[in-house]
Amino acid sequence: MIYADNAATTKMSKAAIDTMFRLVNDTWGNASSLYSVGQTSKEVLEQAREDIANLIGAEPKEIIFTSGGSEADNQAILSAAKIGASKGKKHIISSAFEHHAVLHTLERLKEDGFEITLLDVHEDGIIREDELEDAIREDTCLVTIMYANNEIGTVQPISRLGEICKKHNVLFHTDAVQAIGHIPVNVNDDNVDMLSASAHKFHGPKGVGFLYVKKGIRVTNLINGGAQEKGRRAGTENVPGIAAMAVALKEAVESLSENYENVSKKRDCLIEGLSKIEHSALNGDAKKRLPGNVNFCFEGIEGESLLLLLDDKGIMASSGSACTSGSLDPSHVLLAIGRVHDVAHGSLRLTINEETTDEDVEYIIKAVDEVVTYLRSFSPIWRDLVAGKKQFIL
Amino acid sequence: MALYSEKVMDHFRNPRNVGVIEDADGVGEVGNAKCGDIMKMYLKIDNDIISDVKFETFGCGSAIASSSMATELIKGKPISEAMELTNKAVAEALDGLPDYKMHCSVLAEEAIKSALDDYHSKQGK
Ligand SMILES: Cc1ncc(COP(=O)(O)O)c(C=O)c1O
Repeated sequence: MIYADNAATTKMSKAAIDTMFRLVNDTWGNASSLYSVGQTSKEVLEQAREDIANLIGAEPKEIIFTSGGSEADNQAILSAAKIGASKGKKHIISSAFEHHAVLHTLERLKEDGFEITLLDVHEDGIIREDELEDAIREDTCLVTIMYANNEIGTVQPISRLGEICKKHNVLFHTDAVQAIGHIPVNVNDDNVDMLSASAHKFHGPKGVGFLYVKKGIRVTNLINGGAQEKGRRAGTENVPGIAAMAVALKEAVESLSENYENVSKKRDCLIEGLSKIEHSALNGDAKKRLPGNVNFCFEGIEGESLLLLLDDKGIMASSGSACTSGSLDPSHVLLAIGRVHDVAHGSLRLTINEETTDEDVEYIIKAVDEVVTYLRSFSPIWRDLVAGKKQFIL
Repeated sequence: MALYSEKVMDHFRNPRNVGVIEDADGVGEVGNAKCGDIMKMYLKIDNDIISDVKFETFGCGSAIASSSMATELIKGKPISEAMELTNKAVAEALDGLPDYKMHCSVLAEEAIKSALDDYHSKQGK
């Protein structure tokens, strides 16, 4: 079995599992209670906060624990919107290929009278600095741009974009869910005011994440109740999950450079091998992308059948085809980089990690080639393309 | 639970009647690449009986399985019976499809009707 869907989620690391198991036993007390069982939980919680803060160059009080990346994105955007609205600034800049946790939150703000500008992500899946600068207005209250895209893995020039926002005095948020633990992330070097992260993308548990908010920025509480997280997020804390997240992030950051080199080499081998399949194309820039991300379109076939047949061969991957998204349209990310519907349906995302071997890479290339060839053998579109009745797009 | 029934997976993995009939008496193509499904059916008809049928499909697992099952259901049958094939019958023969995949069985029904229409128009009927 080859798991090549690490952008969807990762398997928890042994250290994270051990921590979680141990703490389910040891920190069952409520971190808000004053007796010792509660205070033990509190200490573990605050240690995790400090560890995470250190790993990204933040201060502990700038970390708010959340239920994951989606909640962090919602809270960051709604907080900035509230600050903006109080000053009569109701314009937000984002990009066309953000995660739905961002896009759907922005849609909701539109109903409240906000104006949203979505920057073009170009064919290479990279946002242009000058286009951001041109889009900033007097009434812009937030720029929110993802650090790295979850489908095509392209990494944005976050530090430069942050610099531009700083210059214009506009809040800058980044959804770093796919980036953190895989490429270097530091809130100071990256010039970000807010940053979202999710533990299950770096071998931590699901349902746990955090939002970094630079001190001095007023946060809107999405979940009302107790005074946890300094009144910024109510609810008795998931101490074992949070501590496991801190352990997983520490491991990921400590082995980051080693993993980066090793995994990106395998990524490049995959890209090279899959490029040999005729009428295929890599989605997104070949180099400015996450070390484990490979995303291709294959003309004349549909992604879901590709995934099912790869699953039969023991390969777990994903696709941006409409059939896998449960809607009629293929992935908004592929459409945003200019892929037309016809080829966007035939996409394959492979997200490998440090456990992927050279043999796995070889096996994947061979399996994808076989399955694509097989599906094309009875595809009416492929027949028309080969017969010259239709023009190849790729 | 698996996404699809065993029957769907069987017809997806081992589709029946895949291919082309060069001298087909009726050919029908439905769907479009934009939506991600295209089905093409080829019929050979002798004395109002569907003596052979082949298909080509671009689409998801259930689209391929629906095409395969539809060809099985009409092969060797009189035209009149094939005309009455419903998408429901295709879906039922596959032990059901997920709700959001029912359109695949509709496409299979339409592909067969379209191929029969083509046959009839070629006959001048
Ligand atoms: C870029 C990005 N943002 C946000 C999320 C949502 O994170 P979570 O699943 O922790 O809510 C994901 C993961 O699906 C993601 O890839």
